[in-house]
Amino acid sequence: MQHLINYTLHLADTTLILSQRNSEWCGHGPILEQDIALTNISLDLLGQSRSFYQYAAELIGNNATEDSLAYLRNEREFKNLLLVELPNADWAQTILKQFYFSTYQLYLFQQLQQHNNAHLAAIAEKAIKEIMYHVRWSSEWVIRLGDGTTESYERMLHAIDELKDYTNEMFIPTNYETEMKIDFKLIQQQWNEKVNTIFEEATLTFPNKTFSQTGGKTGTHTEHLGYILAEMQYLQRSYPNAQW
Amino acid sequence: MVENENILIKKIWKILASVTDPEIPVLTIIDLGIVRDVVINNEEIEVIITPTYMGCPAMDMISMNIKAALFEQGYKNISIKNILSPAWTTDWMSEEGKQKLKAYGIAPPNPKQIVCTPNAFQEEEVVQCPKCNSYNTQLISRFGSTACKALYKCYHCHEPFEYFKCH
Repeated sequence: MQHLINYTLHLADTTLILSQRNSEWCGHGPILEQDIALTNISLDLLGQSRSFYQYAAELIGNNATEDSLAYLRNEREFKNLLLVELPNADWAQTILKQFYFSTYQLYLFQQLQQHNNAHLAAIAEKAIKEIMYHVRWSSEWVIRLGDGTTESYERMLHAIDELKDYTNEMFIPTNYETEMKIDFKLIQQQWNEKVNTIFEEATLTFPNKTFSQTGGKTGTHTEHLGYILAEMQYLQRSYPNAQW
Repeated sequence: MVENENILIKKIWKILASVTDPEIPVLTIIDLGIVRDVVINNEEIEVIITPTYMGCPAMDMISMNIKAALFEQGYKNISIKNILSPAWTTDWMSEEGKQKLKAYGIAPPNPKQIVCTPNAFQEEEVVQCPKCNSYNTQLISRFGSTACKALYKCYHCHEPFEYFKCH
């Protein structure tokens, strides 16, 4: 039971934090349509995280709610991937982060929708239709930037370098993930294939990694997460139980 | 309950047909296909709905409006259940709903899902302009003012329009 709770929270936290990160672009996108695209993706991710939190709250009991789980847990209790808490930096890094994550999500959720836990399977079945849009949108941008101008190409090289230590964490299962009987090897293989295909078209090369940053899934984060939570949780912390 | 259950369920569906989508007010929640079932458990009326998109902010409001509409007709013991599976699809939108959407200026979803794979730069769907009926249109953005719509422009009448995208 604890494994299932942790896994559900991991899925909820990861989608919530990426949603929060992407929403920083609201009103700042390079052009209006892309600003809207990214905030739409944020909203989809927020919807996913709400479903996961609602299910986790049900499992935890004890008056836990989706809100208490999102707003009243501390940094060390968050189980999101490190990748999604990294700063947006520029458009290239934001896009690459989204592309890495959406591609991972697509293959993970393909398995989850067959999972014998009916709750997780239903959320995955619903979310995967939205994830298709996210994968398409982000892959097109990776190609456009990589195979674009000298500047966009250089920014992509920089983004690849900045994120290179953070992709493996997706494929190294924690104890609670091992319990969920998900084939992470298969996900990694599918992910590599997709990333290589898109990178090839984008005239980019995926780096041979030598090091993997891990720990996010068990609560050891980069310094960035604290700042996100401080902003996101401020209102509920300062004015407990405040409502719209 | 004095009323026959089937008659009651029919009445409830009729009331639900008066509840509209807060963001696209020409469509009722029946047109949209988000009401999946109405069940009577003892004295309680359970309305089972499913979201169009997971983060759709209209869902909370729709739940409230369903309760209000039923309450107004004297039904007080109501519960709303949200389900995700089977996942909502534009195939569930009624023909009448599609006509209403078009008249409202939003291109209705194409009857067959054409482009629903994650592959990059594939051919875009051919969408008819809801204003001048031309097919000479182009996608501007796959994401629009709400999660369920994409942005298009028409090269014939030169008007921009929204497309209720296939899902």
